[in-house]
Amino acid sequence: MKLQEFQAKRIFGQYKIPVPQGEVAETPEEARDIAKRLGGPVVVKSQVLVGGRGKAGGIKLARTPDEAEQVAARILGMDIKGLTVRKVLIDPAADIKTELYLGMVLDRARRRVVVMASSAGGMDIEEVAATTPEKIITVAVDPCLGLREYQARNIGVNIGLPRELLGKFAQICQGLYNCYMETDASLAEINPLAILGDGALMALDGKIVLDDSALFRHPDLAAMRDEDEETPEEREARLNGLSYVKLDGQIGCMVNGAGLAMATMDIIKLYGGEPANFLDVGGGAKADKVAAALRIILSDPNVKAVMFNIFGGITRGDEVAHGILQALDEVKTDVPMVVRLVGTNAEEGRAILASAKMATAETLAEAAEKAVAAARAEGRAA
Amino acid sequence: MSILVGKDTRLLVQGITGREGSFHTEQMIDYGTNVVAGTSPGKGGGWAVGNVPVFDTVAEAVQATGANTSIIYVPARGAPDAILEAADAGVDLIICITEGIPALDMLRVRAHLDGSKSRLIGPNCPGLITPGEAKVGIMPGYIHTRGKVGLVSRSGTLTYEVVYALTLRGIGQSTAVGIGGDPINGTSFVDVLRMFEQDPETRQVVMIGEIGGTDEEQAAAFIGSQMTKPVTAFIAGQTAPPGKRMGHAGAIISGGKGTAADKISALQAAGVRVARHPGEIAEMVGELL
Repeated sequence: MKLQEFQAKRIFGQYKIPVPQGEVAETPEEARDIAKRLGGPVVVKSQVLVGGRGKAGGIKLARTPDEAEQVAARILGMDIKGLTVRKVLIDPAADIKTELYLGMVLDRARRRVVVMASSAGGMDIEEVAATTPEKIITVAVDPCLGLREYQARNIGVNIGLPRELLGKFAQICQGLYNCYMETDASLAEINPLAILGDGALMALDGKIVLDDSALFRHPDLAAMRDEDEETPEEREARLNGLSYVKLDGQIGCMVNGAGLAMATMDIIKLYGGEPANFLDVGGGAKADKVAAALRIILSDPNVKAVMFNIFGGITRGDEVAHGILQALDEVKTDVPMVVRLVGTNAEEGRAILASAKMATAETLAEAAEKAVAAARAEGRAA
Repeated sequence: MSILVGKDTRLLVQGITGREGSFHTEQMIDYGTNVVAGTSPGKGGGWAVGNVPVFDTVAEAVQATGANTSIIYVPARGAPDAILEAADAGVDLIICITEGIPALDMLRVRAHLDGSKSRLIGPNCPGLITPGEAKVGIMPGYIHTRGKVGLVSRSGTLTYEVVYALTLRGIGQSTAVGIGGDPINGTSFVDVLRMFEQDPETRQVVMIGEIGGTDEEQAAAFIGSQMTKPVTAFIAGQTAPPGKRMGHAGAIISGGKGTAADKISALQAAGVRVARHPGEIAEMVGELL
């Protein structure tokens, strides 16, 4: 789960990382009031969970409260990469001398949290990594020892920080590390970490991505979820415990198991189709869950055919078949369906589905071929 | 022979009185696995799934029964503790089925295990099976048949798919190991490939990877430099878009790394034959027999 910039910066503040004293506005009038309270020029920043907000025109400077109101009016409601801006953060404008990058991420290969820092801040760090990797300093942290002060100082020296800033920088590094560990983050990033005209360090932007698996022990963080950032389908999937990712193709897929779901998408493509989604119903899926999954798949108007691929282990074929029929009772549809059931109680499942006039298949390849053909026929008919 | 589990396995089930734990214990016993004990704090002294003695702690269970392998069906909140408990009780092989353990918990657990003699398989895995000897996991036993092909996979049902296709072609398996779909796990592809290379019964190996991380690339380097047995591979997620997590916590293409294309070319460069879809794996393996 991603946090908005204003949420990330509030959390940073709790870890003694210096952040601007900005506030969030949902209307142009609020933006004006905040700018007035702050006094002086402000930056109006759209709060949406995508990168490239600045390039899309979602971050603007305003010199006066009047201007802040006008700018906020333009940004609120703006569409940035498919997301509507509903909130803007009004921060006092900073006198930036230098922009640094500081981030932390879990390095799987090393099995360590890795601190990354660069003097080339402000830019997309992936671009820096691709073009000038020598500008990124990385340090792996021993999980038992935590990030030590000397490690943080070394990072500061290696990105060329002036000596008088090393102590303050080390404090920010350790604050961010503690924040990362205590919030169960998978990414925490300050970009830019600015050196201001008066020599102070300040986190002007913030990004935190939380580990979904750890949200059970952070109800306060889980409550920060911005439901505007989810489509209704993603929301229904999450509440039903389904893994769902919408894609652009025509063939909806429902599969048990993430690996098998990916392989099913791949084989649809191999046979000339395009998957409309990734959907893992999980292990031991009962009829209700299957029904919810089918509703989600069919809510996508691009879907011209649905392919079920269920390899029964803990999941039982007859349960799945009941779920499909239950969903079809609720959602009337003409979309053709191809079902492949193997494993536990597959025969019982197939018998249940035989009454519903559904196409069945023995192998994964056969199912994909039939689903692609059905989607093509449906596409021509439409 | 075979690897990791077999006739000598003396299995302890952690969380044996839970719904999943009791169901799968019954399945494992039916398959012929030697289940010697279970644990369930507060329920020690009793019996579960017929005549399996239940203990409060792993240490007591190991002392009383000589269990050398443990399987964990404990929910995500308690699973890190369960792994550490088994390691501290000296269990050689720990299999953690549990899905959804926080990554930073696994980071600490793995750091601790690196200093112990225990091996962890998983978490978030289906377990492993040596057909005809021991099933230590949640896979449907009947799809397997004993033979000479070793399997190692990050996935669950996709492994069943491949195993089933092999069995239908009359191709048996030595051991099938699911290493799990989480970013930090106990045993890597390279660990299992090395064991298959040394196992006299295993003649060839099937490796099933997926997008995310660099475990497959490391496996490719190992295969290219240190393996003599042929390897056939499949990588799931060739159509997955970057930045989207595909179910498994570990299956995500981020920062341009972990794509299926990268993994496939690394494997091919190491002489691995890469199948285009799961069904093709069994064909390719069959050609080498």
